[in-house]
Amino acid sequence: MSTTRAAPAPSSRRAVPAGRSGGDDPRLTWRDRLYRFDMRYLPYLMIAPFFLLFIVFGLFPLLFNGVVSLRNYQLDDPTLPYWAGFDNFARLFGDEDFWNALYNTFGIFLLSSVPQLLLALVVASLLNRKLRAQTWWRVGALLPYVTPIVASTMVFSAFFSRTYGMANWLLGMVGIGGSGDAAIDWRADKLHSWIAVATMVNWKWIGYNALLYLAAMQSIPRDVYEAAAIDGAGPWRQLWRITVPMIQPVIVFTVVLSTIGGLQLFTEPMLFDLNSQAATGGPNGEWQTIAQLIYKVGWKDLDLGYAAAMSWALFLIILIVAGLNTLLTNRLSGGRR
Amino acid sequence: MSAITALGKRGRSRPALLGRAPQDTPAGVGTYLLLAVTFLFAAFPLYWMFVIATSTDEALAKLPPAVIPGDQFLVNLREVFSLQDVYFAASLVNSVIVATVVTASVLFFCSLAGFAFAKLRFKGSRGLMLFVVLTLTVPNQLGIVALYIVMGKLGWNGTLLAVIAPGLVTAFGVFYMRQFIVNTVPDELVESARVDGASTMRIYANIVLPTIRPALAVLGLLTFVATWNDFQWPLITLSGTDFPTSMVAISDLASGNYVIYRRVLAGAFIATVPLLVMLFIGGRQIVRGIMEGAVKS
Repeated sequence: MSTTRAAPAPSSRRAVPAGRSGGDDPRLTWRDRLYRFDMRYLPYLMIAPFFLLFIVFGLFPLLFNGVVSLRNYQLDDPTLPYWAGFDNFARLFGDEDFWNALYNTFGIFLLSSVPQLLLALVVASLLNRKLRAQTWWRVGALLPYVTPIVASTMVFSAFFSRTYGMANWLLGMVGIGGSGDAAIDWRADKLHSWIAVATMVNWKWIGYNALLYLAAMQSIPRDVYEAAAIDGAGPWRQLWRITVPMIQPVIVFTVVLSTIGGLQLFTEPMLFDLNSQAATGGPNGEWQTIAQLIYKVGWKDLDLGYAAAMSWALFLIILIVAGLNTLLTNRLSGGRR
Repeated sequence: MSAITALGKRGRSRPALLGRAPQDTPAGVGTYLLLAVTFLFAAFPLYWMFVIATSTDEALAKLPPAVIPGDQFLVNLREVFSLQDVYFAASLVNSVIVATVVTASVLFFCSLAGFAFAKLRFKGSRGLMLFVVLTLTVPNQLGIVALYIVMGKLGWNGTLLAVIAPGLVTAFGVFYMRQFIVNTVPDELVESARVDGASTMRIYANIVLPTIRPALAVLGLLTFVATWNDFQWPLITLSGTDFPTSMVAISDLASGNYVIYRRVLAGAFIATVPLLVMLFIGGRQIVRGIMEGAVKS
């Protein structure tokens, strides 16, 4: 990193004894003091807003969350004893809702992340050609990315309605499902609701991930392909044997991103529910995710202490899964050679 | 066109293609076809949002489904805007306020911090920058319960302040700005300005800001989109108020025993249009921002 130590004006070359504030040194002129401030303290002032904000609204809440999780923080029952000890965590282990939400979250995560990243790879390799109107193809891939999830989820919610939904109509054309009682009820069981929610997630993020992959693909040195062509590798082989291993760091990055995002999935499962205010994720929690359950426990049942404990649990789970996924991806995509 | 047709005959075009990187290979018809399908897949839900937003209730009860816009857009819009329990117009104004303030603030504070980290020398700058990068990996959604309590103590819950304040400076913004400034603002320029007696803020205003305009556009667009679309935190802190952001208002439209899709989607469409316009105008910048971020990370 190159830093600039500006050649200071001659007058400020004067050495000031360490540890003593020069502010009241009579020999310093007003200009000198200003200069000192500019060189010495201003940089800290410039970066201070970030740190202040992060401490107040990022770090502190995260730590304070730990305190809250050890407390009885029930908004509608202030009579409970202040500390709860590990009650909230103990309760977690026996809570069927929690395990159900965990199961749903992982189910939806698998159905969304794997197809999402594979299709993104395909789209990226399509975009990685000499194209006419190149920019517009890329911009088109970002349409879902800029669309509010709230808006697109409402569209998909209609797509997946039982009687007149487009999903059932399309599937009916290829002989899956049917009409009337045979029609698929996308909100009736786990698998179908998971597929519906995962479809929304996939739709949203394929284009975005494709651009990440595309950027990495274009930074692969060209001579690698020369060598591959001499070896007689076709395009498909090139994709899997050269491109994928070469862009592995970005693949790992997207896996981590989609893990962090996928395990905190909230908006899609919330609004897919026709009775979204309840935050139950279906009449029997068919697709209730952990983030949704935290919201329900905290702001519908008004039990913030328990919600905080759940947040910690989710944090740990994300750490573990992100770590495991990184390892797994490193293995599968071959690593740099 | 000749390049495309040449690609069709694989065997013969082979020698010409030998060793060419994919991005130097002209796309074939198949590639264009697949890309067109991808584009349809990406655009159709948006198009269909408009179809339903312009139709009567019957459009949703049709098989095969309606795919041609109707003429009820104004009727539906009027309905959305005149609802008694959801103040949609006010919520749109709120969204504009929140997204604009956050974006302006992110641009200012992140470019300032990015400049300090890139070009100024101060004790601990490396360590502090590392800290900034590390905070990128903390999913701060997880502190949401405590954040709600903090906002409660501040008395900000239910006000736009609660939505605006946490987003005023972002780690990503600082990081992105620093990278850009390191690469584009020459050291010599900063040095010579110093010799001429320019103060740090003057260098920031006269040298750094004009140079980083493309990066400001990218960061501004990405921040605006993300802030506009944010749902979970606004829902938590603003629920129960009459004047939430538009995303929360749409979710209010969509709740109840019976979802009136033409109405919800008319509202959703209105809240999506500003972003589509931004994508249309600043698409190149957004694409670049995302792709640059990928290479650096």
